[in-house]
Amino acid sequence: MGDQVLKGEGDVSLKRAATRRKVLDGLVPVIASIGVFVAIAFLVSLLLYVVVTGAGRLTPTLITDYPSANPREAGMRSAILGSVFTVGLAGLICIPLSIATAVYLNEYAGNKWWSQVLRYNIANLAGVPSIVFGVVGLGFLVYGLGLGRSIIAGAFTLAILTLPYVTVVCVEALRAVPDDQRLGAYALGATTFEVVRYIVLPRAMPMMLTGGILGISRALGEAAPILVISGLLFIREDPTSLLSEFTVIPLQLYSWISRPQVAFQQLAAAGIIVLLAILLALNSLAIYLRQRFYRRLEAG
Amino acid sequence: MASKSIYRRRLINRIVQSAFLFASLVSTAALVVIFFTLTAESMSFFTNVSVIEFLTGTKWTVLFADKHFGILPLLNATLITSAIAVAFATPVGLAAAIYMSEYAGKRARNLIKPVVETLSGIPTVVYGYFALYFVTPQVLRGLIPDLGIHNALAVGLMIGVLILPIVASLSDDAMRSVPEDLRLAAYSLGARKYQVVLKVIVPAALSGIVASVILAFARAMGETMIAAIAGGFRPILSFDVREAMQTMPSYIAQVATGDAPHGTIEYQSLFAVGLFLLLITAALNFIGIRVVRRWEIRY
Repeated sequence: MGDQVLKGEGDVSLKRAATRRKVLDGLVPVIASIGVFVAIAFLVSLLLYVVVTGAGRLTPTLITDYPSANPREAGMRSAILGSVFTVGLAGLICIPLSIATAVYLNEYAGNKWWSQVLRYNIANLAGVPSIVFGVVGLGFLVYGLGLGRSIIAGAFTLAILTLPYVTVVCVEALRAVPDDQRLGAYALGATTFEVVRYIVLPRAMPMMLTGGILGISRALGEAAPILVISGLLFIREDPTSLLSEFTVIPLQLYSWISRPQVAFQQLAAAGIIVLLAILLALNSLAIYLRQRFYRRLEAG
Repeated sequence: MASKSIYRRRLINRIVQSAFLFASLVSTAALVVIFFTLTAESMSFFTNVSVIEFLTGTKWTVLFADKHFGILPLLNATLITSAIAVAFATPVGLAAAIYMSEYAGKRARNLIKPVVETLSGIPTVVYGYFALYFVTPQVLRGLIPDLGIHNALAVGLMIGVLILPIVASLSDDAMRSVPEDLRLAAYSLGARKYQVVLKVIVPAALSGIVASVILAFARAMGETMIAAIAGGFRPILSFDVREAMQTMPSYIAQVATGDAPHGTIEYQSLFAVGLFLLLITAALNFIGIRVVRRWEIRY
């Protein structure tokens, strides 16, 4: 009798609905994977375009020569040195600060109200547009403190810009250290500092350095805040002190990109290859350290 | 260690604690400095320019002889390029997130997610270069022949690619944190996988998805180099995305590229525009964080 009931009109529409669902079930993952495909396609076409355009201009003189009005002779020596000094100093300021902040938040402050406020402020700092850091650096560091358009003004700005990112990674690193190791040390009478120094930091350090390297590679790619602080300069000498005027790799690229001649486009593409190669190397190092971190955690 | 007296060990602990507390106050101090520097210089700006003119004026000609100080052209361009960016990044990023969290196997996901996140690690000058010399002339011109060399559309699209990982990554996290019971309950009612995904997981993760879009929008508004390279320095109040338009960050970049001596109105305008940009993005970030907090209570 049940079979007879099902042979009405309802049977047809039920079957149709079932077919539709089956088709949709197959279709949805295909549509979703298009999203991934689009993202990867953009990345690949960008890299291909840059490499194809710039590979021919990729010579050793690109790294060893100073910029020039003649695109065939131009290099990025002053920009590379400017980046090394500025970003290096920014890292030296930012990484210890981030580690200290993270240790305070995770090991000392617990869940008290001011630690909530500190966390909230770090999140807010991460939301400040990078160009605003440049404007504030110009007003506060360059003119307010009288540092001038110098490497040190740029380094401080980049350090504060990357501080929230690196801090977040450092907090994650500390959270990943199992609590029983801390509690064991406390049970033996260790002070918080001793727990941090002998138990927590050795285990968390590789992951924290990963955060530091990611922060450095972010700072290395930042053009906007440095543009406001240093201006768009044509520099044909090595930086001599922390108060020297400077330019950085992304800014050198910007000045080449804004020139209409094809030779400068190729030059810019070659410079981009150099910048991306440095970033790739830094990121590989970060991934290697992260893997070491997990191995060290498993070892206890 | 054991040879030191307990008093000395406690003292060291105290000193270190204070040092770490001091370090952790730097980020808060930075926020205070940011706010006061912008406000102080903006005050000098607003002694010369009325706030009403700034907020309602439709002409921004600070770098010309005949000066007008209406922020609307810059605000309009910033909102249009960011809207294009979000309109691109939301569907693509959400699709990628659905694929990564619900369909991809663990190994595929571990491979795909870092590749997608690489997009936000590429320096933005590189995107500007790609927009100006490839996307506009070789892709978009094929679809829209009368597109300008500098145009808002290419800027919006490139910013969209830049913020795509924000939407994809945060939405992926949101969907993966939906409790397993909801999935199992839906399956036990005979739902197919696509129904579980679209009618259970996505609605349950909606707060995280909406928040990711808001945060991505805030990030898009602050993007400088793409707009400065591919958008042109033309402060015009227009809704035609084929034209060059100057965004707020791109104006700041233009002033920085030229020469704005300390104390001039051009110099002060940097701070007024910077403050305005900061207030808008801070409001968006605040809303984004609130959306997550308010809606996540339900699960």
